[in-house]
Amino acid sequence: MSAVPAEEAPSWQDQILPILKSFDVRHLVYVPDAGHAAAIRAAELDNGIVSLALTTEEEGIGYLLGAHLGGERGALLMQSSGVGNCLNTLALQTMTRFPLLMLVTMRGDWAEFNPWQNPMGQATEAALKLMGVRTCRADQPGDVPHLVHGAATMAFNGDEATAVLLGQSLVGEKKWVK
Amino acid sequence: MGKQLLDRRAASAALLQDRGDLLVVTGLGSPSYDAMAAGDNDLNYYLWAAMGSAATVGFGLAMTQRDKPVLVLTGDGEMLMGLGALASIGQKLPPNLTIAVLDNGHYGETGMQKSHTGNGLELARFAEAANFPWTRVIEDMAGVAELRDRIHAKEGTSFAALKIAADELPRALPPRDAVHVKNRFRAALGHSTI
Repeated sequence: MSAVPAEEAPSWQDQILPILKSFDVRHLVYVPDAGHAAAIRAAELDNGIVSLALTTEEEGIGYLLGAHLGGERGALLMQSSGVGNCLNTLALQTMTRFPLLMLVTMRGDWAEFNPWQNPMGQATEAALKLMGVRTCRADQPGDVPHLVHGAATMAFNGDEATAVLLGQSLVGEKKWVK
Repeated sequence: MGKQLLDRRAASAALLQDRGDLLVVTGLGSPSYDAMAAGDNDLNYYLWAAMGSAATVGFGLAMTQRDKPVLVLTGDGEMLMGLGALASIGQKLPPNLTIAVLDNGHYGETGMQKSHTGNGLELARFAEAANFPWTRVIEDMAGVAELRDRIHAKEGTSFAALKIAADELPRALPPRDAVHVKNRFRAALGHSTI
């Protein structure tokens, strides 16, 4: 599959990592997505942050529990499809109660070209809620910093699982080429 | 000479002997009972579910407590569910992390159905493929003693498959209150609750 990458990341993407760092986040663990590219790139250049690619998203839940046991904070970045991979492992958070901050870029949500993304994308928020995760949703670029700040506050000050869903329209329409 | 498989409790107790500042994460089922049987400890974190997560919890712990040895003690079935974790660990290779798999080739918690390792797969080769600098298949107590020293040396990410007998031993149940276990673990490291 090939898609034309966005020429320049929207500015909300550049605001994510500084907000996380203001909460003393030291571990950024992720399965990559275009919407997270700026934060991942910035984390890789930052000596104060462990940037870690995962093979599947639920690894991040275990990793962040381990980091919390060790006394440090992190955040998990993924695409909406990854939420489906996480469901059973979310029991770790429910039972242990540790800060689990997830930033989820949406697919199957708005102007989706690939219908295979739609089933999980449409079920993402309900699935998170079923497993006890607090969710909020950003569809306007200006809402992103505010909501990430709010979700991080509730995760780190309340040992909660929180997820910010970053609507597909924020990332923009993928331009598919044959 | 017939091959004598290791006793899981004797092997676990030997690994946890004179543990000092060792941090331990156990995988669901028998490895949690084995660690408990060797003696409950504030620096044990026992998993009761989230199958496949033991290695990743130990990984996150090893990346934050870099001056302490971290041992993941789990079973073959639990490790098989999280094989991708070996690839993720392989990118960072914290030298203080050891994964020890108590490998009896069976799913002990669900009726002793044969697992993939029981059908001939060798987990240590996955760890080797993931660039772990030290991997072993351990079949005797001398090998267990070597592994115990390796854990405390913190000289490179280590992986060992311990070939144990498929015995069903009396259960030694660790606490199931994960919040309690988390809080005492963190307190032992000097961290507060919320």
